Amino acid sequence: MNAIVVGCGRVGSALARKLAGEGWSVAVVDKDETAMELLPDDWRHPFVVGHALDTSILEEAGIESADVFVAATGGDNTNVVVAQVAKGRYGVEAVAARIHDPARAEFYADRGFELVSPTRTAIRELAAWATGQAA
Amino acid sequence: MFVLILGGGKVGSTLARTLLAQSHEIVVVEQERARFDQLEPELGHRILLGDATELYVLERAGIERPPDIVVAATGDDEDNMVVGQLARERYGVPKVIARVNDPRNQAHFDLLGIAPTVSATRAIMALVEHEVPEHDLVALLELRRENLEIAELVISDGAPAAGKRIEELQLPESARLISVLRGGEAEIAVGSTELRPGDQVLAILRPGAEDELRTALVDRRGLATRLRR
Repeated sequence: MNAIVVGCGRVGSALARKLAGEGWSVAVVDKDETAMELLPDDWRHPFVVGHALDTSILEEAGIESADVFVAATGGDNTNVVVAQVAKGRYGVEAVAARIHDPARAEFYADRGFELVSPTRTAIRELAAWATGQAA
Repeated sequence: MFVLILGGGKVGSTLARTLLAQSHEIVVVEQERARFDQLEPELGHRILLGDATELYVLERAGIERPPDIVVAATGDDEDNMVVGQLARERYGVPKVIARVNDPRNQAHFDLLGIAPTVSATRAIMALVEHEVPEHDLVALLELRRENLEIAELVISDGAPAAGKRIEELQLPESARLISVLRGGEAEIAVGSTELRPGDQVLAILRPGAEDELRTALVDRRGLATRLRR
């Protein structure tokens, strides 16, 4: 499987490492080249430096043959726009975006790509834990 | 008219002042504290501090009324795209105008259905090309909603159109000539207008007909030869 992970922060780098460990070929895109330090020293997959809205960067990362595309930069708006470009312009089959703001996550639901909202997950889990204390 | 302006930079604040002077109702949303403090004495209750892509900020600014026009004028293209989608699709704003900071992002605005868009860089580029004597075809104005553009061409020595009347030319179906500028004087292009080398011709055309129009009027190979000389 071919995957592209945009954003090489804590989430993106760990995800890329995990997929590579499964034997996938993974290209990582980040606008900051120092972000590569979060990947293992023996990282053998492509690391493309540039902005993910730049189509030449996406193409260099191999978007035209990607099966899976994950937008996991620190910016909610960048993630939902890049996800729509991956889906709408390049027709990538499986696309996901990380979005912190639950309100925007709801607005972008059901548009043909997966939305992962860590904030929503944290709220749900903490609420479940807190109410569990009353039992 | 009620206009909601997102981004209080040079574009947003100047627009706000102009609309206020014309007695329109405006609200500006600015996310940087320093910029907000600068504008607040002037705009008072008409400016809000906050991230214009947060739904609750938009709602405090009155987006649910909805405004007649939302102008997405922040310095960040992704923010302008998201705000454009929210305004139109969630709040039913009848007209959204978005600023394109980097012209390379235009295709993304188009993909997300955000129109019309305005790009200062693209507009300045068109004017610069207009001043370069060796250009063949310059797109001066894009009417995206109408799917038309206005372009300028210069008739060179030896161009296929030089010395011919407009009615004799094989113009593409989807292009018409508007005017001919010669020696600083413009005249409306009619069938009997004869084109001469050095004429600047304005044409209206469907996007995509540029190459056909070039071939009919200026012939690219002819231009390339002239440039090499």
